[in-house]
This record gives sequence, C-alpha cells and structure tokens, in this order.
Amino acid sequence: MNDVFQLSVVAGILTSAIRLATPYLYAAIGEAFSQRSGVVNLGVDGIMLVAAYASFFIVLTTNSIWLGLLAAIVVGLLMGLLMAFVSVTLKAEQGISGIGLYMFGLGLSSLLFKTTIGTVKTVTGFQAVKIPLLGDIPVIGEIFFHHSLLVYGAFLLVPIAWWVMEKTTLGLRIKSVGQNPAAADSLGVNVDRVRYFSVCTGAILAGIAGASLSISLLNLFQDNLTAGQGFIAVALVYFGGWRPVGILWGALLFSTVNAFQLWMQVLGVKIPSDVAIMLPYLLTIAALAVAINRVRQPAALNKPFERGES
Amino acid sequence: MFKRMIVVMVLLALLVTACAKPTAAPTAAPVMTEAPVVTEEPIAEPTAAPEPFRIAVVMPSAITDMAFSQSMWNALVAIQTEMGGEAALEIKFSENMFKVPDAAAAIRDYASQGFNVVIAHGSQYGSSVQEIAPDFPTVTFAWGTDVNTFGMPNVYAYTAAAEQGGYVNGVLAALLTTSKTIGVTGPVEVGDAKTYIDGFVQGVASVDPTINVAKTWTGSFSDVALMTEAAKTHIAAGADILTGSSQSVVGSIGAAKESGTVLWFGTQQDQASLAPDLVVASQVYDWTGMLSEIISANLAGTLGGQTYILKLENDGLKIAFNPAYALPADVKAAGEKAIADIIAGTVIVEP
Repeated sequence: MNDVFQLSVVAGILTSAIRLATPYLYAAIGEAFSQRSGVVNLGVDGIMLVAAYASFFIVLTTNSIWLGLLAAIVVGLLMGLLMAFVSVTLKAEQGISGIGLYMFGLGLSSLLFKTTIGTVKTVTGFQAVKIPLLGDIPVIGEIFFHHSLLVYGAFLLVPIAWWVMEKTTLGLRIKSVGQNPAAADSLGVNVDRVRYFSVCTGAILAGIAGASLSISLLNLFQDNLTAGQGFIAVALVYFGGWRPVGILWGALLFSTVNAFQLWMQVLGVKIPSDVAIMLPYLLTIAALAVAINRVRQPAALNKPFERGES
Repeated sequence: MFKRMIVVMVLLALLVTACAKPTAAPTAAPVMTEAPVVTEEPIAEPTAAPEPFRIAVVMPSAITDMAFSQSMWNALVAIQTEMGGEAALEIKFSENMFKVPDAAAAIRDYASQGFNVVIAHGSQYGSSVQEIAPDFPTVTFAWGTDVNTFGMPNVYAYTAAAEQGGYVNGVLAALLTTSKTIGVTGPVEVGDAKTYIDGFVQGVASVDPTINVAKTWTGSFSDVALMTEAAKTHIAAGADILTGSSQSVVGSIGAAKESGTVLWFGTQQDQASLAPDLVVASQVYDWTGMLSEIISANLAGTLGGQTYILKLENDGLKIAFNPAYALPADVKAAGEKAIADIIAGTVIVEP
C-alpha cells in the first residue's frame, strides 16, 4: 500500500489523469456552451464517433494530422448544424433528437469504418511535445509538459471558455438566451442565431474530443471507440455547474480516480477489480449528489423558444 | 408536425445503425493468417447435396476484430474453401451484436430461416440459446465459450483451454523480460480472458517465481481508451512485456508500439500484423476441426449434445510464433518444450 504514495506513482497517476481528462474536457466544455444557450445536446457521443472516424480516416489516407483535425471540426460543424436545425428551427424535443443524433453517429461511424477501412489499423497522430524549459523541471515537467498538442489545447480551452462566457458580449448573449430567451429577444438578441452558434461550437468541440482519441491518445479507430465518453461529458456539465472551471475539476476528479484505480491494480493492491473499476463512477456520483444543489441550471434549458409565447 | 420530424430522424438513425450491421456473403473475407489444416476425413460430398449446407453465426464484435470473433470467422471461411466454396457452404453472419436481445432475435431469425447450424459466438448468448433451441429441434445450435449444452440434443457448447497457450506465452515472456515486470491488460475477469491470464501467470512462475506479473481489468471488452491507459500504466510501472485478451487489446498493442520496445504476446488470433517488431507469439484459436465435426455429425443426423474444448493436443490451439521477431533459439526451444509437455500431460495447467 505504501507504494501508492511513492513520488513516481503519484507522477504516473497525474500524467495518466491529464491524458484521460482530455476528451472529456473538449466534449463537456462544448456541451456547456450548448446548454448555456438552452439546448441539451445528448448527441455528443455520436458526434465524437463520426469525428473520430473522419479524422482517423483522413490521417490514414493523407498522413496529415492537421487535415485530420480539420476533418473532425468540419464533421462537428455539420452535425452541430443538424442538431441545431432539429432542436432550434424545428423546435423538436431536445432529449429525443439528441439520442437520435447519437444513434445516427454510432451507426454512421460504424458503417463508414466498415466500408472504407474494415480492420484494425494504426496511424501516427499528434505526438507528445515537450514544452521548452517547463518540460525540463523534474517531475512537474514530466507530469504536465510532455503531452500532445491536443492535450494542451484541452486545458487551454478552460480559461478561454471562461473568458468568452464571463467577459464578452457573446457570452452574455449565450447566457441570456439560455436564461430568459423572451427577454433577450425583446432586447434585440436573435435567439435562434445565438443557439445555432452555441450548438455548433459545442459540436465542433465534441468533434475535437473525438479526434483527441483517434489521432492523439489511441491512434486507432474501432466500432464504438468512445464507449460512452460523450455521455459522461454531459454528466460533467451538470457536475461542473455549467462553468468551465467546475467542468475542469469534475473531469480531473473522474480521470484521476480512474488513473488511481489502474495504478492500484498494477501495484497489486488487494481490492477486487470490479470495485476498482467502479471507483471513478461511485465517486463522481457521490460528488454530484453533493454538488448538484449548489447551482441552478439555465432556466430555459431544454425549452424551445417560440416568439410571442411566455 | 415537429414530432413527425423527430420520428423521421430516429427512424433515419435506426436505419443507419441497421445498415452498419450488414449480413453479407463471405466474399470480402479478411486476410487469413493460417492455412486450413485438414485433420478430418472429407466432410461432405458437395455433388451429393445440390443445396448448400447453411451456417449462420452471431458475433459480439466485428469479424475483423483481430481477436475472438475473427478467429471463428477465419475458421468458417477456411471450412468453406475446403468444402468447395459458396455452392457447398453458405455462411451468413451478424456482427457487433453486443446487445443480447438483438443477438437473440438474430439467432431465432436464422433458425426459422432453415439454417442447418446456428452459432452463437459469445458466452453472453447462453440463455438465448437455451430458450430458442427447443423451438427448432431440427436445427443445430452451437455456442461458446462455455461447456453447458443444457442437456439438449441439438445444442453444442464449445470453449478453449486458453490457459494452455497462456502457459506457453508465460514461459516465453519470463525468459525474455529484463525488468522482471510483466503487465497483463485484461478486460473482464471471466471466461477465457481469465483462464488465459491464469495460465500465463503459471507459465511465468514455472520459469522464475520472482517475476512480478501485474494485472489490470478494465471491466469492458470494448473500452479501448481505458485499455490503452492501463497498458501505459504498466509501462510506466516498469513492465517490458505486455499481454492481454479481448478486442480492446489493440489499445494495449498501440501503447506497446508507442513505447517502441515493449513486447507483446497475443491470444485468440495471430496479432503479429498489428506490431510486427514487437509481437513475439500469439495463441491462435482454430475452430476448423470442431466445425468439420459439427457439419459431418449434422449430415449424419446428430445435431448436438456434446462439448468441444480447443486444446493444444487436438490442434484447436496453436502457438503462432511471429517470424518477423528474432526470438532467440533457446527461448523458442523452451516454448516448444512447454507445448510438448502440455500435450504429453507432464505439465498440467490449471484453468
């Protein structure tokens, strides 16, 4: 048991946690934009899958990681437009259309994978980049500054998303549309346009989340590669109280406990593997139960906006 | 009217999901890693029966998973070639049936379409077979991995003594490790995933009991992301050799490849093509012998009631050494001795 608290093990856990948190951060912060504007997008996992496939396929065929990333962004945008069209323009029930989008993505990625690739292949994706100077600091450098660009991007996204939401007119518009669309509308804010923008931003980030798996962390694609990570990302939005920093803590808690349980297994700590595997979920549920009462969700969440109704 | 749009969208989604699981004729066969081994007498006279023999198989993952499902698929294609192509043996498959109710529906469907043999290739399908088989007394059902035929005359059960190849891999791994630390990335602690690893641990211990074999389980057969991180954790903890089972080990192999030096031992399917420099050997499941027997028994009127176990001694299990990996001759000799000892019964591997 003492082994668990060795410096090298702690460093190992934190390094793993940072890697594991990456797709959750992109997907959950993206979902936060969408939800702040009043649209729940449960299709995150489906977007991640199609984008993961598309970026993998592009890297496999062109060997360009940047084109791969671009493919993920384009797929995210297209699927975001689809979601926004159904939930904003057609005002469909958001939960059901999101599940529809998820199933669409799951099936489409599987179909495309089968017809164009068909078997297990690997690519050379985004490689770990050591940040000059910072990367040379003992231990700390190893933990924080030896990752791929997509990992750094995920963590940089947190302050950027915070700044956009809290310090810009755009953020104010997104929040007002999610809080009181009728009032925002009367002040001349185009509710539908803001919601389109937010849903698409969220979907693009979900696309990058998918790419972070298929062309950075795993460098392969398989059917249902995400194994439900998009749904955990949606849960993290609630966990984080719709705030980027809250989401960061949620993602780090979940991934740190996950890394911790893997290390416990590797070190042969005598607990049943089933319990170890459950740990991150149990802890997240427990933390969620405590945290949920603190924050109120956007008042117009899940409510389509119809002009003239109140 | 908007409700209608939702319905349309959900239907669209279902359609695409359905399309993604095609039931295709086996023309687009994946690359075979092994030539079929003919140990049985010729199975059937294709000329005697103008109607082809019909086999349907339901699988939990893709036929190209480089693991469990592909091992059965390759065997079916080998048998088909042996029997004389599609005219003699028709094969239909449903893959990625990870949802048991979907699989059960497919099994019932195939049985009612008059297939001679329906294979339910997953230990999670047992209760479905138990429920469906009595309704189709003229159809042969085979399922695995398990040993339970439910006492039904038209049900075969099959399994693999995965611990045997695990032992051989363990012996080889123990002789190759320099860090004296070996990592095992397991999916769920059941079935052949568990017995393979138990055998592996015994094989390592038979060479050097001081070697540390660390095990992780992800709780999923398909969570590639967690499997990859588990493998990276083993490597960070000093492992210079990894092994493991399930279709999610492609993640572990990817982690080994990223390290560039960590060696890999495969099971279920020859995994050498995934990392030609790093895969030392793979235990390969060869279901062709069993399938031949099931087909000839079916033609002779026996529909089931027996359990098949793939073993080294009945050629159901084979150790495929990767020719691209320069394995020292003495290590290879130790591996071959372990195979001979298991076949001779002088070494008994506990499942």
